[in-house]
Amino acid sequence: MNFLSLFVLIPLLMMLGLWIARDMKQIRTVAVIGSTLLLALSVYTLVEFLAERAAGNTATMLFTDSRMWYAPLNIHYAVGVDGVSVAMLLLSSIIVFAGVFASWKINPLPKEFFLWFMLLSTGVFGFFISVDLFTMFMFYEVALIPMYLLIGVWGSGRKNYSAMKLTLMLMGGSALLMIGILGIYYQSGLHSMNVVEIAEHGNIPMNWQYFLFPMTFVGFGVLGAMFPFHTWSPDGHASAPTAVSMLHAGVLMKLGGYGCFRVAIYLMPQAANELAWIFLILTGISVVYGAFSACVQTDLKYINAYSSVSHCGLVLFAILMLNTTAMTGAVMQMLSHGLMTALFFALIGMIYGRTHTRDIREMGGLMQIMPFLSVGYVIAGLASLGLPGLSGFVAEMTIFVGSFEHTDTFHRVLTIVACTSIVITAVYILRVVGKLLYGAVQNEHHRELKDAEWWERLSVITLIVCVVAIGSFPHWISDLIREGVEPITNLLSQAL
Amino acid sequence: MEIPMIAYLVVSTIMFFAGVYGFVTRKNMLAMLISLELMLNAADINFVVFNRYLYPEALEGFFFTLFAIGIAAAETALAIAIIINIFRHIRNVDVHNLDKMKY
Amino acid sequence: MEYSAIILLLPLCMFLFLGLVGHKLSERVAGILGTLGLTVTAVLAYMVAFNYFTMPRNAEGVFKTLQPVNFEWLRFTEHLHIDLGILLDPISVMMLVVITTVSLMVHIYSMGYMHGEKGFQRYYAFLSLFSFSMLGLVVATNIFQMYIFWELVGVSSYLLIGFYYTKPAAVSASKKAFIVTRFADLGFLIGILILSFFTETFDFQTLMSNPTSLVSETAGMTFMGCSVAAWAMALIFMGGAGKSAMFPLHIWLPDAMEGPTPVSALIHAATMVVAGVYLVARLFPMYCAVPEVLDLITWVGAITALYAAVVACVQTDIKRVLAFSTISQIAFMMVALGVAFNSDLHAGLGYMASMFHLFTHAMFKALLFLGAGCIIHAVHSNEMSAMGNLRKYMPVTHITFLIACLAIAGIPPFSGFFSKDEILTAAFEKSAFWGIWMTAVAGLTAFYMFRLYYRIFWWSKPDYGHHTPHEAPKTMYLPLVFLALVTCVAGFIPFGEFVSVNGQEYHIHLDWSVATTSIIVAVAAIALATWMYLSENTKPKALADKFRALHTAAYHRFYMDELYMWVTHKVIFQHICRPIAWFDRHIVDGTMNMLATVTNGVSYGIRKLQSGYIQWYVWVFIMGALLIAVLAMCF
Repeated sequence: MNFLSLFVLIPLLMMLGLWIARDMKQIRTVAVIGSTLLLALSVYTLVEFLAERAAGNTATMLFTDSRMWYAPLNIHYAVGVDGVSVAMLLLSSIIVFAGVFASWKINPLPKEFFLWFMLLSTGVFGFFISVDLFTMFMFYEVALIPMYLLIGVWGSGRKNYSAMKLTLMLMGGSALLMIGILGIYYQSGLHSMNVVEIAEHGNIPMNWQYFLFPMTFVGFGVLGAMFPFHTWSPDGHASAPTAVSMLHAGVLMKLGGYGCFRVAIYLMPQAANELAWIFLILTGISVVYGAFSACVQTDLKYINAYSSVSHCGLVLFAILMLNTTAMTGAVMQMLSHGLMTALFFALIGMIYGRTHTRDIREMGGLMQIMPFLSVGYVIAGLASLGLPGLSGFVAEMTIFVGSFEHTDTFHRVLTIVACTSIVITAVYILRVVGKLLYGAVQNEHHRELKDAEWWERLSVITLIVCVVAIGSFPHWISDLIREGVEPITNLLSQAL
Repeated sequence: MEIPMIAYLVVSTIMFFAGVYGFVTRKNMLAMLISLELMLNAADINFVVFNRYLYPEALEGFFFTLFAIGIAAAETALAIAIIINIFRHIRNVDVHNLDKMKY
Repeated sequence: MEYSAIILLLPLCMFLFLGLVGHKLSERVAGILGTLGLTVTAVLAYMVAFNYFTMPRNAEGVFKTLQPVNFEWLRFTEHLHIDLGILLDPISVMMLVVITTVSLMVHIYSMGYMHGEKGFQRYYAFLSLFSFSMLGLVVATNIFQMYIFWELVGVSSYLLIGFYYTKPAAVSASKKAFIVTRFADLGFLIGILILSFFTETFDFQTLMSNPTSLVSETAGMTFMGCSVAAWAMALIFMGGAGKSAMFPLHIWLPDAMEGPTPVSALIHAATMVVAGVYLVARLFPMYCAVPEVLDLITWVGAITALYAAVVACVQTDIKRVLAFSTISQIAFMMVALGVAFNSDLHAGLGYMASMFHLFTHAMFKALLFLGAGCIIHAVHSNEMSAMGNLRKYMPVTHITFLIACLAIAGIPPFSGFFSKDEILTAAFEKSAFWGIWMTAVAGLTAFYMFRLYYRIFWWSKPDYGHHTPHEAPKTMYLPLVFLALVTCVAGFIPFGEFVSVNGQEYHIHLDWSVATTSIIVAVAAIALATWMYLSENTKPKALADKFRALHTAAYHRFYMDELYMWVTHKVIFQHICRPIAWFDRHIVDGTMNMLATVTNGVSYGIRKLQSGYIQWYVWVFIMGALLIAVLAMCF
């Protein structure tokens, strides 16, 4: 059996283990063992992948395996990874690992929480290893549905509304996606669901591409928080419990970007070349709009949700630039945003768990009370505003340089517009840091609060280490991703 | 004297529509159940008649009818059980009082 | 000279060490460790400088440009990649010496000044981070490396200004500093993007080998009436103007004085704020290819110099006076660069003068700030009204401060005289207009510095109560003495032999007509200041009343901060952010909610069909069946 299937198998086995588990201790044991295994597995995948590549294996996808699943529609359970998916797997496993520790004291129903959490992870991992359109779609849905329950049951605030809104909007996206996938299946002339096969041999007629490209791009774009389909994100994130926010903003939103990249653009390069400009405008709006909106929010989670809109907008923006550098930057931004936003949500969850408020006007001077969490927040903030040495900088700079390489003036002007987000980001990040962490203590009751516990520290430190590692030594990750992006950009340039 | 097939069919049709009429108009659930039986039996007559006149060498129609009578009996028993339970709950068997399932 | 890498790595390691485990160390150990680390760094920097300048020059009499370390950090495209490395050429070596010297002095000084402060270890960690970033900035081998360290110095400045994070003024000052410079950096970044797009390189040496490549690549391309090359270079200058607090991006620097005083000395006087000048100097050949941008630089510099000097004359917070004086002096350097091109007599005199002034200014301005720190330490206030007659109590501070004042006023034989004189000569060579303008500003400089000096050390004695001021501890006044010595002798360094625009030896010689004029102006200004401020009197107040409008406007810094507040808060916050947030909640989100509401409404409408009456269902069913039967028969 192919070892990639372990990515799906381990979470499933964990669910079994959780089902048997009797008390909190056992639940935690299972969750920690499982997430550590996943982390180890993704590191192993990375090492194996690099070794294969070093040995000169130049196939688009490595470690492929394909089993017939439903013959009449030629659906396979097909797995395989390229540089981009390896990076995404690594990201997901890190966030699942950190998420487990961030929800160490989840209450009520810890068992059920972890069960759904693991089902969500199954979907996420399954999505990233799949190379079959249908399997991909299935895992996508598997990842979405637990979200409803996780927010609806363990959430806070207007959780029913948010859970419903999030699920319905994302389901709307999947409906478009389903049409897109079926269209690709029937029109490619191959009657195959395999992504690589369709990309290499398929030939979707142009008039169909005009229809299917927007379908798939918007379908995934909803999850990637593309303007104007982003409004599930602020409410959803605000209501979700900590670990779910982390996984959702950190990984699930990346499914959108990854899908746009792997399905919409990879399979329909001609349409991508011709229609990219429409979506470029939309995503360009996302970038600036999200940042401006974040400036006036007062709820910590809303601020981060809008900041995610801005940063994820940048991911889609860069993908649509359709050149190697910008796309590499897009994937790096996915990684970087995933890590730092997970860090943000983890910290916000921890602060909220102590102060029971997320309104920045009601807090202040937290640096004196919980230095560890505050320093973590400052680091996350600095990563978010693109400080060199942290991951945000390398990703954003790759995107900006890559986008500016575009020979068309329109694209370069848009790039400059997108660049302005770095200033606005600084404004809202520093505003929060200033109000929340610095200054005098606003509420005297807060003085009695404790700083982070060991599991919280572990969760935060894991994420910070990754943010710093990517930011300080970007070379290897950039090369890994570039090599995964190149087949796609080659197709794009052939399609011109 | 051979009775023509049409005569049976007329009877069964009258029975069927009497059943329909009863089912739609009666308020009492027992009456509705009786109407239901009328419709079922009308269908049974049709089966038998068609078998007897059109395919005299076959027996499927008779068998099917026997099955239908058996099942109808079981179904009636079940329905009466339900009706009795309803009666225990709301002290009558008027179908108009049973609107808990709407909306 | 591979060991030059240690100059960068040591402060970085010190930052990581102090940042991670600093809180476990005692204050003393942390301070000594930090200082020791920087001492080693400084010694290494001196070694590098010595070895570099004693190396044989090449055939044209130019110092070799070395890249002892250079490795690829991140690759963008085939041509574009960020390298990290060390570039040694005369100006970067000169900067290494300046930064490590001032930084070392500040490290030593802070042991006394910050003694007993909460977060002492954190302070030293940040100082190390700053030293690392600043050193990385000056030795950058390519423009993107410079940008990276540019951002890092920005953030270390942010962290250090906001060091007293419980003080709201410090927090907002740090925020302001970061955002204003970030805005300028946006220009820098866009400039880099344009530059690299056309020249296909980030590397300084490649750029310098063909400084007109940008102009030739963008020939014929214009944007809003200016050539693209000019736009690119102007945008890059915008980054420099932000960091160097040029008008109108200067507003962050006076507020940055909320940070600890040694930090002001290191970052906001001697090193980081001259990064903009250094940037322009680094790309000087490219600026020469677009002379219109050099004119822009001259104008911006000249306006800033005048503006800041006028404002400095009426401020009452001693650190603000010094801050405006810094702005004005940096503007001098900018002007020097701006006028450096096209000067007929000495090609590139301005370039050398600018670097020379950068060097001398770093020393005497750090001295002034550290002196101000001693004073603040003694009287616990920044305001002039709390000071007076301090020469009796703090003799060492008094003498060193006086030396620095004389240097900045341009009185021989102190260092400032020589460098400022070169700048004025360069300005006169460009045109008499600039020469007179800058001489006038130099006169103002002498006036406001001596106003400050007399106001602190003479004037009349305020009521110190039982808390009489006393001389600072040894760790604090030794750096003052050292810097004062440097200020006394630095003017005699044959600077032009090391640094000049084309790298060849250049012999400085004083232009006596310019020098005499500037000395006369300076002496006159000092005399005026002496007349007005030597002892307590009502002359300043009378003068202020006479020019009330001007005085008030200058006191409020010509309302620049209010203008910015208006733009950021009223325009951007109230008229951009809020409407966008409203639009998002009500229009975009409203559309989604409306979809849900409509669906809901329709469902409520059609639920009537599900009445729950089984007889109704049967009726509909039968009628439907009949209808279908009838239809089937008809067609």
